[in-house]
Amino acid sequence: MSTKLKDLVKKPQILSGGHRLCAGCGAPIAVRQVLMGMPDDIQLVVACPTGCLEVSTTIYPYTSWNCSYIHCAFENAAATLSGVETAYRSLKEQDKLKEDYRFIAFGGDGGTYDIGFQALSGALERGHRLIYVCYNNEAYMNTGIQRSGATIMGTWTTTSPHGDNSFGKKENQKNMTAIAAAHNIPYVAQASISHWKDLVRKAQKAFAADGPAFLNVLSPCHRGWRFPMEKTVEMAKLAVQTCMWPLYEVEQGKWNLTTKVRDKKPIEEYLKPQGRFGHLFKSSPEVIAAIQDNVDREWEKLLRLCGE
Amino acid sequence: MNSLIKTAALVGTDAVAEAMRQINPDVVAAYPITPQTAIVETFSQMVADGLVKTQMIAVESEHSAMSATIGAASSGIRAMTCTSSQGLALMWELLYIASGLRLPIVMPNVNRSLSAPINIHCDHGDSMGARDSGWIQLFSENAQEAYDNTIQAIRIAEHPDIQLPVMVLMDGFIISHSIDRLDLQDDTSVQKFIGSRNPAYSLLDSQNPTSVGTFDSLYGYFFEFKRQQEEGMINALNVIQEVGNEFGTLFGRSYGLFETVGMEDAEYAVIATGSAAGTIRMEVEHLRSSGVPIGMIKLRSFRPFPAKQLAELLSGLKAVAVFDRSDTFAGHMGGPIFIELRSSLYDLEKKPLTINYVYGLGGRDLSEKLVKKAAGELMETAQNGFVRQTVNYLGLRE
Repeated sequence: MSTKLKDLVKKPQILSGGHRLCAGCGAPIAVRQVLMGMPDDIQLVVACPTGCLEVSTTIYPYTSWNCSYIHCAFENAAATLSGVETAYRSLKEQDKLKEDYRFIAFGGDGGTYDIGFQALSGALERGHRLIYVCYNNEAYMNTGIQRSGATIMGTWTTTSPHGDNSFGKKENQKNMTAIAAAHNIPYVAQASISHWKDLVRKAQKAFAADGPAFLNVLSPCHRGWRFPMEKTVEMAKLAVQTCMWPLYEVEQGKWNLTTKVRDKKPIEEYLKPQGRFGHLFKSSPEVIAAIQDNVDREWEKLLRLCGE
Repeated sequence: MNSLIKTAALVGTDAVAEAMRQINPDVVAAYPITPQTAIVETFSQMVADGLVKTQMIAVESEHSAMSATIGAASSGIRAMTCTSSQGLALMWELLYIASGLRLPIVMPNVNRSLSAPINIHCDHGDSMGARDSGWIQLFSENAQEAYDNTIQAIRIAEHPDIQLPVMVLMDGFIISHSIDRLDLQDDTSVQKFIGSRNPAYSLLDSQNPTSVGTFDSLYGYFFEFKRQQEEGMINALNVIQEVGNEFGTLFGRSYGLFETVGMEDAEYAVIATGSAAGTIRMEVEHLRSSGVPIGMIKLRSFRPFPAKQLAELLSGLKAVAVFDRSDTFAGHMGGPIFIELRSSLYDLEKKPLTINYVYGLGGRDLSEKLVKKAAGELMETAQNGFVRQTVNYLGLRE
């Protein structure tokens, strides 16, 4: 399948304009890029857990989705979609449905790393043919910037504020992509909206996978990260260039680095433009060093896994 | 009667699994929990043996069981699950979503107490906790009724005037794990009775893609949706009776909102539900045979609550004793059936006196002796014209 821009722009818009997401939001960019990887001859059912994307795209009686869509609750998008996928298999087996369908969930990091973790793990283990996409903005943004399991150490959020006794979030984020890979499913990848070609290719592989696929897509939120709204894609690119967010895939158990970073930029270049880390530069330089240490350690680990 | 009947000896869970086999749902998503486990085990074997077309999802929790069932039912097919106790409690937020989305999901719930302390035996605290969740709730007295209710629940849930989920309730162990004699209808008659599901919307209708579970805000339609949901529950009062009558015509066992014993000439009455109705009926019939003007109402439909029908039946009686297998912990308000019955009687000109007996929590046995004691106090109340103690705990060690 093509990843040429002239072909991709001709793909039908599944997520139509007019939705109420913020200008400069990373989430709809992630959704559009993922859906550019969708085959032409299939029908789609989208599931969303509760979150920004959900509340902004389906304000009754309107919907931004040019396909079937279901929202059930916050922690159960994967379980709900596994029910839809099973209903589809049932109808197919009974010869009651002609069309071919694919099933895709778009959840934020709160609905994926934290509250939706169990339902996601269960659905991946059960082998449903569905794609779960985490549009990762590293905090609960829909409720107003609270820390999640995806939030980086040192980050200011409203539930990990900095103060005399706090430098922000104390813990490192968990590695959800690696956790998904540990389910031994056909396809897992980490992607960024700044590297659209890489992302579309990964989405194509996810759609082609004969079983569950998981995509973790960095989708910056300027409201929560505190940067100018026109810099969304730039922030995502810096995350890749500093190796804070490496781009890789795990295909049938084989780890593969999809974007090689030869001159790793220092982490300060990623942290400095973001207000959520501003306090670190004033009062906690040792935390910046600790973030750099963690990035370096994780990067080395990833290189080994990818045989680089 | 044109339906073939097979008489069988089955435990309650197998009776329900047999009903599920005959319903032959497209999808079942379930998780094991005592005492429901035997249903999901038996049904899984039926799937493994190719006796049903069902796709089974062995989920990782009851929360996901109900979530997957909601997803499946939104896809235009027939989806079922089953649970008990903590499992039902874990489903709690999704119960409201199933009814709010007007999904006709049928779920047998084997009644078991809620922790703490942890206890696997019967009381009605689990399903009573879901009484405001917008689900129709039908109680069963024995395996026969659990089987019959499960089949009728499909018709009730999917009725165009209702479109609400139905919980089929049966007492843990007392019904679920006791062998009972029951009549099973033949597969063809059951299939014909339930018909096929024809939903207005489906996620898998490619010509009409649909958004399910959309967002409603301050200036939206939430209030109107909820009022319509209540309309469905009001309509259920008639539909439950219609379906119960049709079931009776076809299969010889009729059902309504409740069943009565001797109410035509009763001066006082007992109200109960579930398996205890058997013990209570025995005592009531015994007393009636010695000329005591006592009657009995066995409540089948707790949701919708047949307030008007019960008030009409109880108007002019001297006293009513309500048996509750759960408490509301509201500060001596009594059990949920008692509270709702008292509310139902409020507008009557000739109100009976009311007494509540909370019994059987955590599986504590309701003996004939205890029923006799309560019946004696009921008679005394009717004769004296006043209530000595409104809320009583029957069989409690104190």
